[in-house]
Amino acid sequence: MAVPDVAVAAVDEGYWTRTRKVGLVLLALGLLATVLFGALATGEQARFTLSENAAGAALEVNGTVGAILFGLITLAAGAVMLARLPKRWFIPVLAVGLVAFVLSFLCWQVSAAPDGQNFMPLVNIVRGTFLLALPLIFGSLAGVLCERSGVVNVAIEGQLLMGAFSGALFGSISGSVWVGLVAAAIGGSFISLLLAVFSIKYLVDQVVMGIVLNLLALGITGFLYERLMQTNAERYNSAPRFSNWEIPLLSDIPVLGPALFRGNIFLYLALVLVLVIHIALFRTRWGLRTRSVGEHPTAADTLGVKVLGLRYRNVIMAGAIAGIGGASYTLALFSFTKNMIGGKGFIALAALIFGRWSPTGALLAALFFGFADQLATYLGAINSVIPGQFLAMLPYLATILAVAGLVGRVRAPAADGKPYIKG
Amino acid sequence: MTDNLQPGSPDKEPASEEQAAQVTLGNTEQAEAATTPTAPHQRPTLGRLFLENLWAANTFTVTLLSLVLAMVVGAVLMIISDPDVLATYAYITARPSDAINASWTLVSEAYANLFKGSVFDPGATTLTAALSPISETLTYTAPLVFTGLSVALAFRGGLFNIGAQGQAIMGVILAALAGFLLPLPPVVHLLVAVLAGALGGAVWGFIPGILKARTGAHEVINTIMLNYIAVYFLTWLIVQKGVQDPNRTDAISRPVDASAQLPRLFGEPLRAHGGILLAVLATWAVAWLLNRSTLGFELRAVGANPDAARTAGISVTRTYVLIMVFAGALAGLGGSQMVLGTTAAALTPLVIAQIGFDGILVALLGRVKPWGVAMAALLFGALQAGGNRMQSYSGISLELVTVLQALIVIFIAAPALVKAIFQLRAARAARLQTSLAKGW
Repeated sequence: MAVPDVAVAAVDEGYWTRTRKVGLVLLALGLLATVLFGALATGEQARFTLSENAAGAALEVNGTVGAILFGLITLAAGAVMLARLPKRWFIPVLAVGLVAFVLSFLCWQVSAAPDGQNFMPLVNIVRGTFLLALPLIFGSLAGVLCERSGVVNVAIEGQLLMGAFSGALFGSISGSVWVGLVAAAIGGSFISLLLAVFSIKYLVDQVVMGIVLNLLALGITGFLYERLMQTNAERYNSAPRFSNWEIPLLSDIPVLGPALFRGNIFLYLALVLVLVIHIALFRTRWGLRTRSVGEHPTAADTLGVKVLGLRYRNVIMAGAIAGIGGASYTLALFSFTKNMIGGKGFIALAALIFGRWSPTGALLAALFFGFADQLATYLGAINSVIPGQFLAMLPYLATILAVAGLVGRVRAPAADGKPYIKG
Repeated sequence: MTDNLQPGSPDKEPASEEQAAQVTLGNTEQAEAATTPTAPHQRPTLGRLFLENLWAANTFTVTLLSLVLAMVVGAVLMIISDPDVLATYAYITARPSDAINASWTLVSEAYANLFKGSVFDPGATTLTAALSPISETLTYTAPLVFTGLSVALAFRGGLFNIGAQGQAIMGVILAALAGFLLPLPPVVHLLVAVLAGALGGAVWGFIPGILKARTGAHEVINTIMLNYIAVYFLTWLIVQKGVQDPNRTDAISRPVDASAQLPRLFGEPLRAHGGILLAVLATWAVAWLLNRSTLGFELRAVGANPDAARTAGISVTRTYVLIMVFAGALAGLGGSQMVLGTTAAALTPLVIAQIGFDGILVALLGRVKPWGVAMAALLFGALQAGGNRMQSYSGISLELVTVLQALIVIFIAAPALVKAIFQLRAARAARLQTSLAKGW
C-alpha cells in the first residue's frame, strides 16, 4: 500500500513503536470491556452450547464474571505490549487480546439476552460463519490470482454475480448441477476475460475497467433476469441444488464436525482451493513466475517468462473461481434474484487486502468477516442493543484501519495495476 | 518530425471539428481561397479535412460510434431474450424475412420509445406532454452532473474517487435531516438543507483524503469501504425515533418540509426542478476552479506529477485533502437533490439509487472535463428517462440502460478497439487517453 508519491510517515523508531501503539489500543479496549461490558452484563449464566440449540453440553460462565475476566485478559495483553515485547510475540498476543475482547462482549450480550435465550449455539455460529464466508473465500482467491500477477481485480462483484446467474440459468435448463457449475465458471471467466483483454491489450485503467464491468454484469444479469427468469421461473430459474455430503468420522468432531464436515461441495472446494493455491503460489514454478510477473514484469520477461500470456491465463482462471463462488448461492441455497451478491464482491476485495494478498490470509479475513456477519444475525435474533448495521460495518472499518497502517502495513504486489508494455 | 513536412500536417489543422464544420458550412471555396496564401504547401480543402476527420478516431466520433456499438449490443440482448422473436430464428433459412422483420420491429420500437421518453414525443398534443420528456431528462441529469464532477475533479488531481456513492449518501442524509428537523423560513431552509448536503459529502470525502495524505492509504480502497459504511449507517438511521415516519412501519423517514424543496421549473405536473440550474452553476464553478484558480493549478500539477509538484513547493498533502473535500461536497450536493428535488421527499435505503457509481461513468464519458461531464450527464439522464418509457411501453427492462451505459464507457475507454472495428484513421491529437493506470 506504500504509495511512492506520498510522504509516507516514517516508521516510528522512538518510544512509541507500533507495538506500543497497538498496546495502547488494546488497553483501551480492555478497559472498555472490563468496566462497560462488566457493568452491563447480568448475573445470568452465559451458555455456549456445543449443539444447534439450547440443549446438550455447554461451556458456561456467569455473565458478569465472564465479561470482567475476559476484559482483564485484554487489559493484560495491552499491558504486555506496552512493556517490552519481542517482535515474534506480537501477533499471538494481539490475537489473544482481541479474542478475549470478543468473548467479553459475548458474555455481556448472551447474559443480557431475554429470559430463556441466554445461550449461543456454537454449531450454528460456526456453520453460519463458513456459509457467509464462502463467496468471500472464492472471491478473494480470485483476487489473489489476479493481483499476484499484476492485474487489479475490482470486478470480483461482477464475476460472482455472473457466475451465480449463469449457474442458475444453465443449471435450470439442463437440469444438472454439474452443467450449472461449469456454466458458472464460464460465466465468471467471461467477465474476467473482458477485464483481461481491456486491461492487458487495450491498457485501460484496471480499476476503471473493474468498476464498469461490475455495472455491466449488474445490467446484463438484471436484464435477462427480468426478461427470462421472471416470466418463466419454472424453466429458467429453478436450478437443481447440490446436496450436503457428510464426511465420515470427521463429522463426529464436536462443534466443528457438524458445522464443517456436513457441508456441500462448495465448502470443501473452497478449503481445498485455498490449500492448492497457497502451495501453487509459493512452492511451484508457476507460482514463482506469477509472483515475479506481479512484482517486476520486466525482470520476469528478461528471464523468458511470457508476461502477458501468464496474466491472461491467471485472470481468466480467477474469473472461473469467482464464478463458482457465485454458484455457491444459486446451486446450493437460493434461486437467482437481481443484484443478489449485494456487495459481497467488495467485501471479498477487502478480505484480499486485509489478508495481505495471500490465500491463507484471505481465508482468515473472509472467516473474520463471515463471523461479523453471522454475529450480526445472532444479535438481531436476541434483540441486542447493538444494532446489526454497526457490526455489518466492521469488515469495512477493519480494512480501512489495515490500509491506513494502524494494524501493520499492508503492501500490494509492486506491479499490481500497471499494464506491461514490452519494450 | 516527418509529419510536419507532409501536406495536411497535424499541427495546422483547425482546432476542433466544430470549427471545421462551421467553415465548411459557410463557404468552402472562400475558405480555400483564404487559406491559400497562408499555406503555400499543397493542402487539401478544409471541407475535405473535415470529412477526413469525421472518420478519424477523435473524441466526438469515438463517442458517437461507442453509442452505436452499445446500442447494437443492446439490440442483440433484446432479441435473444425475446422468446417470440427467437422462435422466428428457428426457421431463418426457410424464411429469413420473418426473423428480420420481427427483430426490427422489436428493436426499433424499443429505441423509438427511448427517444420519445427522453427528447420529444411526436404524438404529444399538449404543451405539458411535449415538454415532459425533456423535463424527465433534466430531472435525472441534475444529480449525475454533481457526482460526475466529483469524480472528474478528483481524477484531475490524480485521485480516483469511487466514493461518490457514499459521499452522496451522507449528503442526502444531512440534507434530509436539515429538511425535516429544522423549522426555518422557506428560502433559508432550502439554503441550509443544500449546504448540509454539501457538508455531509465533504466530511465523507475528507476521511479518505486525510488518510491518503497522512498514511498513503490508497483512496480507491478506502472510498469503496466508506461507501458501504455509509449504506449501513443510512439503513440504521432511517428506523430511529424522530427520523422514521411515525405513520409507517417500513424503512422510510419523515418527508422533507415543503420549505426546503427545490422549486419546479415548468410548473406542477412536470418534474424538472431548480437542481439543474445548480448543476450548470456547479459545472461553471468547477471549470473556473480547475482552469483559472491557484488551487486548480496546484491540483492539476499534483495530478500530473506529485513529486514535481512537491519540488515546486506545492503542499501535496494539503492538495489531496482539499481535492477530496471538494469532490465529497459535490457528490453530497448531488445526493441532496434526491430528497430536495422531485425524485423523492423522504429517505429510503435506496434513495440515491446508483448516482455515485453512474457518476464514475459520467466522468469518464465526459473525458474528466467539467463541460464534458455536464454533456455526458445529459446523455445518461436521457437514457434513464427514455429507459422508463421503454420499460412501460415496450416491456424492455430498465436494466438495459445500465448495460448501455456500461458498454458506452467500455468502448470509449478503449478507443483503439473502436478504431479497429470501424477502421478509423488515426486521430490528430491523442486526446482519448482516459487511462490513469497506476495501480494500488
